[in-house]
Amino acid sequence: MSDIATRPAPSLLASPLVKFGLIVAAIVVALAIGVRLDTSNTLYAIFVDPFQQMVQAPDLLVQTVWEGLVSGVLYALIALGFVLIFKASGVFNFAQGIMVVFAALTLVGLYEKGVPAFLAVIITLGVMFALAVTIERVVLRPLVNQPDIILFMATFGITYFLIGFGEALFGGNPKQMIAEQLYLPKGAVDLQILGGLVSLQKIDIAAALIASLMIAALAAFFQYTRIGRALRAVADSHKAALSVGISLNQIWVIVWFTAGIVALITGIMWGARSDVSFALEIVALKALPVLILGGFTSIPGAIVGGLIIGIGEKLGEFYWGPLVGGGIESWLAYFIALGFLLFRPQGLFGDKIIERI
Amino acid sequence: MNAEPINVTGTLIRAKGEVLLSVENISLRFGGVKAITDVSFDIRKGEIRAIIGPNGAGKTSMLNCINGFYQPQEGQIVFKGERRAKMRPHRAAAGGIARTFQNVALFKGMSTLDNIMTGRTLKMKKGFFWQALRHGPAMQEEIAHRRVVEDIIDFLQIEHIRKLPVGKLPYGLQKRVELGRALAMEPELLLLDEPMAGMNLEEKEDMCRFILDVNNQFGTTIALIEHDMGVVMDLSDRVVVLEYGRKIADGTPDEVKANQKVIDAYLGVAH
Repeated sequence: MSDIATRPAPSLLASPLVKFGLIVAAIVVALAIGVRLDTSNTLYAIFVDPFQQMVQAPDLLVQTVWEGLVSGVLYALIALGFVLIFKASGVFNFAQGIMVVFAALTLVGLYEKGVPAFLAVIITLGVMFALAVTIERVVLRPLVNQPDIILFMATFGITYFLIGFGEALFGGNPKQMIAEQLYLPKGAVDLQILGGLVSLQKIDIAAALIASLMIAALAAFFQYTRIGRALRAVADSHKAALSVGISLNQIWVIVWFTAGIVALITGIMWGARSDVSFALEIVALKALPVLILGGFTSIPGAIVGGLIIGIGEKLGEFYWGPLVGGGIESWLAYFIALGFLLFRPQGLFGDKIIERI
Repeated sequence: MNAEPINVTGTLIRAKGEVLLSVENISLRFGGVKAITDVSFDIRKGEIRAIIGPNGAGKTSMLNCINGFYQPQEGQIVFKGERRAKMRPHRAAAGGIARTFQNVALFKGMSTLDNIMTGRTLKMKKGFFWQALRHGPAMQEEIAHRRVVEDIIDFLQIEHIRKLPVGKLPYGLQKRVELGRALAMEPELLLLDEPMAGMNLEEKEDMCRFILDVNNQFGTTIALIEHDMGVVMDLSDRVVVLEYGRKIADGTPDEVKANQKVIDAYLGVAH
């Protein structure tokens, strides 16, 4: 008896359920008080109304999430191009965005010059390969062992070169992507769900599928093949990779070419949704917040980050945008990324930053 | 004294073997700092050659020249009868020179198995296309090489860490994995940069045994840098001694031990 009496009473807070309940209760109370004090209805409009809308019109919610998902997949693809190059060579490739435009432009430009669609795809792949070889020879090789910032600046140079080169060859006017000639589906599927109509563009479904397939293929390639192993090895330690006879130059060409393939596929998909123009480059910059979110070195990070940014910005625009007069889609991604930088600078999946002192 | 006695390890026989690699009048500078000045020596087929010297003597720089990380400003390296002024690391690797590093350089995120598999990179010939498909010839090739790697893992007794990422392993085991990666290249010349640094006695004994086994079983020529004099004297057939980037002695362990310059370099000399 006496020993029970002296034992300290178990803390209620030890149970996670109780803790969670308390937090929820506190939020409810705070909201209740807030609503009382909230004469101008600001809090209501921010914290209650959007969620009420979501519940009342779930079909709209599904539609919004779907649209976010699709643009998220495309962001993820662009980010994937960045991650590939960053992992293997430590270069932050500012030109990835313009590579997307350049690839799409080359494809459409060739088609306009009378080359059959699928032949044009093959030739474009050839062009991306030539580009990879050229970049390795002309830019990376002379700059080997230079500080990262110099290589970063060099990719700015590549960006402006590609803009000029693309414009000189194919003109600066927006072009129509040759989606039909590539047998990409057109039109929409209407789904009758949750008491409403949700309309899915077929091209979006195709984009999501192709992107997933490609990501899976890349992951398998990295995991199970000699070249994939060599790529990971180079990413880990240049000097050890050299000592086992891996040629850095060859790996760089492969990585830039892979990024070029990713760029072409992204360009086709994105071009099919809008059109092919240099404005796409701005969209490609969205990969930055995606990378901050997912971590610069992580392929899964690029994918998850892309989806979060895509869905987040569509939901934000649709439900919270009207509060500030709309148009928040263009900056919300950067805002989310800023928040991440404050609390988790290495991103969701990035390698933990450990600084030895 | 014409018929020289043949000792148990066969030192004298091997010391007379043909020259696998010779370094001729190598000089290496970093700006104004002379790392190596006019050093020549040779490594004969099948021997264990030690490179010793006080800290900063240029031993690691020498290895870096041999496998192409550094390009010496003067001098030449003759490897398997081929004379070159310049060497590229992956060319050296293709020619059969493998190495380990003073501070282990492994692929930390990859498993022991994958690390050692990277050593097979140059042996795998199937092209990009088959690789991408992961089928047919590429798959058979992968399996064949995997078998070799498993043998090396058995040899080094590291079965229990095959699937672990090497970054998490204790230092002694990392050194062993690094040796495994070098062995996977089936090198003709193996360069070991302080293979026993930072190890305890038991680990050192293990490592010595592996080095001798590699030398005996596979006939691999080994050049090693080591600070533990006991180890150097036991293992090596011939020793070259560097001090301040210059060669001060070259010969069998006993000769080197008796050399006055070497004693001065290690113990210091009153000026």
